Amino acid sequence: MDITSMTAATLGKRIKARELSAVEAVKAYLGQIEKVEGDIRGFVTVDREGAVKRAEEIQKKIDDGTLSGPLAGVPAAVKDNLCTENMRTTCSSRMLENFKPAFTAEAVKRLEKAGVIIIGKTNMDEFAMGSTTETSFFGATRNPWNLGHVPGGSSGGSCAAVAAEECAFALGSDTGGSIRQPSAFCGVTGIKPTYGTVSRYGLIAYGSSLDQIGPVAKDVTDCAVILEAIASHDPKDSTSMKRESYDFTSALVDDVKGMRIGIPTDYFTEGLDEEVKKHILKVAEVLKEKGAVVEEFDLSLVQYAIPAYYVIASAEASSNLSRFDGVKYGYRTPEYEGLHNMYKKSRSEGFGPEVKRRIMLGSFVLSSGYYDAYYLKALKTKALIKQAFDRAFEKYDVILAPAAPTAAPKLGESLKDPLKMYLGDIYTISVNLAGLPGISIPVGTDQEGLPVGMQIIGPCFHEDRLLRAAYAYEKTRAYERPAIVKKGGDR
Amino acid sequence: MANKISDETIEEVGILAKLELTEQEKKDAKADMEKMLDYIDTLNELDTEGIEPMSHVFPLNNVFREDIVTNGDGSLDTLANAPLKKDNSFKVPKTIG
Repeated sequence: MDITSMTAATLGKRIKARELSAVEAVKAYLGQIEKVEGDIRGFVTVDREGAVKRAEEIQKKIDDGTLSGPLAGVPAAVKDNLCTENMRTTCSSRMLENFKPAFTAEAVKRLEKAGVIIIGKTNMDEFAMGSTTETSFFGATRNPWNLGHVPGGSSGGSCAAVAAEECAFALGSDTGGSIRQPSAFCGVTGIKPTYGTVSRYGLIAYGSSLDQIGPVAKDVTDCAVILEAIASHDPKDSTSMKRESYDFTSALVDDVKGMRIGIPTDYFTEGLDEEVKKHILKVAEVLKEKGAVVEEFDLSLVQYAIPAYYVIASAEASSNLSRFDGVKYGYRTPEYEGLHNMYKKSRSEGFGPEVKRRIMLGSFVLSSGYYDAYYLKALKTKALIKQAFDRAFEKYDVILAPAAPTAAPKLGESLKDPLKMYLGDIYTISVNLAGLPGISIPVGTDQEGLPVGMQIIGPCFHEDRLLRAAYAYEKTRAYERPAIVKKGGDR
Repeated sequence: MANKISDETIEEVGILAKLELTEQEKKDAKADMEKMLDYIDTLNELDTEGIEPMSHVFPLNNVFREDIVTNGDGSLDTLANAPLKKDNSFKVPKTIG
């Protein structure tokens, strides 16, 4: 039985039916990690012994009927900015290289309660700042489809690990596209839920008003099942929303008849790769054939989302990251003179260049004399972007867009020109600014054999619409696996 | 309209950000920031007159709750992460002369 190629939902069903055990599942994934991790480098930490031990405990609970949910016994990985008690949580930074949180993030805790076995922590851009996973202190993760290319970022480790079948699914976080863009680059499916849907308690903050945790998996069904497990109203997160419904799996219906789908013409202009464009327009045709009403429209303000984002995210980052001072946890410089010198040296040595760049920019835009011109201007732009989406959703149920302008770039190409790297987030960033849900699903590969992803965006609290549209499209094509997982001897 | 960041501004930002930059890093930071601000200045094309700044997408209010202790004494776990400690406390350099 080929355990690691199964979706999380299928694996959960087989475990429930006693066709295989949680321990077998964990061992299969640890075996796959053994085989491919040397190439992929998707993990910062793998907890082999702990995972097997937990699988034994979980299996007992499955056997005695205490655990019967769809994810019981399923092995998963979580991004290394989600706190896990007794497993180090590094944010892929030297600053937190040896940090062992005293508590577990709410989203992870909910997975554990559902019987999920966390086997390790995945690599990311340092403090989630980056779009390639190359800013990690521990080195870059490789794209399973082509090891010379990046997996995207910042949740690159999570997406690469799912694509390389090193875990059944993973959690990522998305501040400006950090789940959707690497999902597209790695040929997997990822959702950024509506802001406030998944508790941020225990997520090490980057841009608090934009950050959301979400699932990365092999298909849309898995994403719905996982989202159902992690979404909650949590009093420990004051921005957590009390939703009317936490049912996401009912939306998995292969029917888009009459669904109104808008395609923003201003997303299909200069900068968008021809092959990506062709793929997305082909998907639109497929959905049209299935009965959806597809129309082009002008979203407007597209070019202002990235500058507004970098002001807001950097401002929030400069404030959020001020807690790293070398006193209570994290890196402290070995030599210093006095308190302030200790703070400054610890931070300067503990943070990498991209993190420092954003802290500096954030400190600047918040500083007296520049606050109105930059920070307030960005917040007003955000309000206008939200209004543009509100207008679009009066006419359309969902918006169809590329997830990224190109397929995954080569390793080492992006960090030379940060501004160019930032522009790669053009289709995902406005979704965070407006708090909307977005899903990225694979729609094919380009001539180089790299995956292309499509994004579906919905109005706030309407994950059901994107799940339904994505599910209906997914039914028309088979899941493609990268060569690295197909050539294994036992398959 | 190209932005120019002065040496004083970079010093000031370094103080606010609590970062100690080498001369080379300062030079790079200046160039980086000038380039970013030129780009961010495209926002000035937008008429935002009369628009309320939106810090959160939902109308959030302060969330209050009773201050009830739900966790136990985690002081040892917390201290375990301290770079330096002494007598169950965080050890820091002398702060007052």
